[in-house]
Amino acid sequence: MIPASFDYHSPRTLEEAIGLLQSHPDDAKVLSGGQSLLPLLKLRLGSVGHLVDIGRIPDLAYLREEGGFLLIGGCTRESALERSELIRTKYPLLADTAAVIADPLVRNMATVGGNLAHGDPANDHPATMLALRAEIVATGPGGRRVIAIDDFFAGLFATALAPGDILTEIRIPVPPPGSGGAYKKLERKVGDFATAASAVQLTLGPDGAVAKAGIALTNAGPVPVRATDAETYLIGKAPSDATIAEAARLAGAAATPSADRRGAVEYKQEMARILTGRALRRAVERAKGN
Amino acid sequence: MAQHEITLKINGAEKSASVESRLLLVHFLRETLAMTGTHIGCDTTHCGACTVLMDGEPVKSCTVLAVQADGHDVTTVEGLEQGGKLNPIQNGFWQEHGLQCGYCTPGMLMTTSALLERNPDPSEGEIREAISGNLCRCTGYVNIVKSVQHAAAALRQPSPEA
Repeated sequence: MIPASFDYHSPRTLEEAIGLLQSHPDDAKVLSGGQSLLPLLKLRLGSVGHLVDIGRIPDLAYLREEGGFLLIGGCTRESALERSELIRTKYPLLADTAAVIADPLVRNMATVGGNLAHGDPANDHPATMLALRAEIVATGPGGRRVIAIDDFFAGLFATALAPGDILTEIRIPVPPPGSGGAYKKLERKVGDFATAASAVQLTLGPDGAVAKAGIALTNAGPVPVRATDAETYLIGKAPSDATIAEAARLAGAAATPSADRRGAVEYKQEMARILTGRALRRAVERAKGN
Repeated sequence: MAQHEITLKINGAEKSASVESRLLLVHFLRETLAMTGTHIGCDTTHCGACTVLMDGEPVKSCTVLAVQADGHDVTTVEGLEQGGKLNPIQNGFWQEHGLQCGYCTPGMLMTTSALLERNPDPSEGEIREAISGNLCRCTGYVNIVKSVQHAAAALRQPSPEA
């Protein structure tokens, strides 16, 4: 209920923050929204000597399109994503995802960067960013570097971020015309992690066939799962009931969830299949509307 | 450092204190400031009984450090009353029986305050979505929704309504 003692730092610049992380290697964590980290510390499932709060560093929260990418500042609150007209109209997969992260209160503090940097495959943004083929910008002692999303999730609570790194930006390619996406999440109650969830981002070509497909699953293994076979299967095919059903079947087969109180392995895999089917249908609807 | 001087506005009044880094905002309010209107209902960031407004936005104060709130504006349920009288939101909950045990109520009131500030005429769906981070074990939410609708209607009136 009460975290173990730690030192708290509130730097005003990125350089100061990185310096603090480097001064305490192996014993410092970045504090962003705190909605994943603080519950962990309160239950003493983890402890840390130093928290480096990046919440007072200016210019880390933003949403804008530039140079063919949607740029999301790492400290952008989930509620800002939810309220953004740009996200709602052009990035429905992101809008769907933000709306089911925890609950509205948590979303007022939680940040997009934190949701990714925490490395929890049960968080919702990891699968969504896989489906969107996002890039992660890490700023650290060596400066800025860009990490492809496929290389970002290393293991349970482990990412490609090095100890001195701060996740400062997420870059998402602006979808071409004919694109649509959707996120479908099954949860026992509002605020729960996903029993299963599927993120889909599609682009349909002028002939109506699938030109690009991103499909990824939340809480289906120690890292978010990209359903590569399902994606590959869909390329060049018209999205019909039959092709959607087969893609969904392939996605379900890619899920490697653990059994827990949310369900048995077989149940979660079946739900991943069903939700992928629903997400595909919704993504196709939205793509046709574009 | 493990101890910090913080200064924040609580219901418009500036408060300063020396706090441990790990002190949760909810404990700062309840124990350091003896403002026990904000409740603790769970250990797991689920229930929302601890909801306060930070810079006008409802947050779970059990999942915010007091040091994070340094320099910010916090509103608690103690800040709702107007000259010793129930404000329209509190009155709505009174009129429509929006509470039984009252444990979730401060959180419900704060979330409602923020909702009606942002959306003065919410639909039932919007109300239910807005309070979805506040759990109630007593009421089944039906009268809570009615209370919010009552408050919304009262706030939309140009003159004060009992």
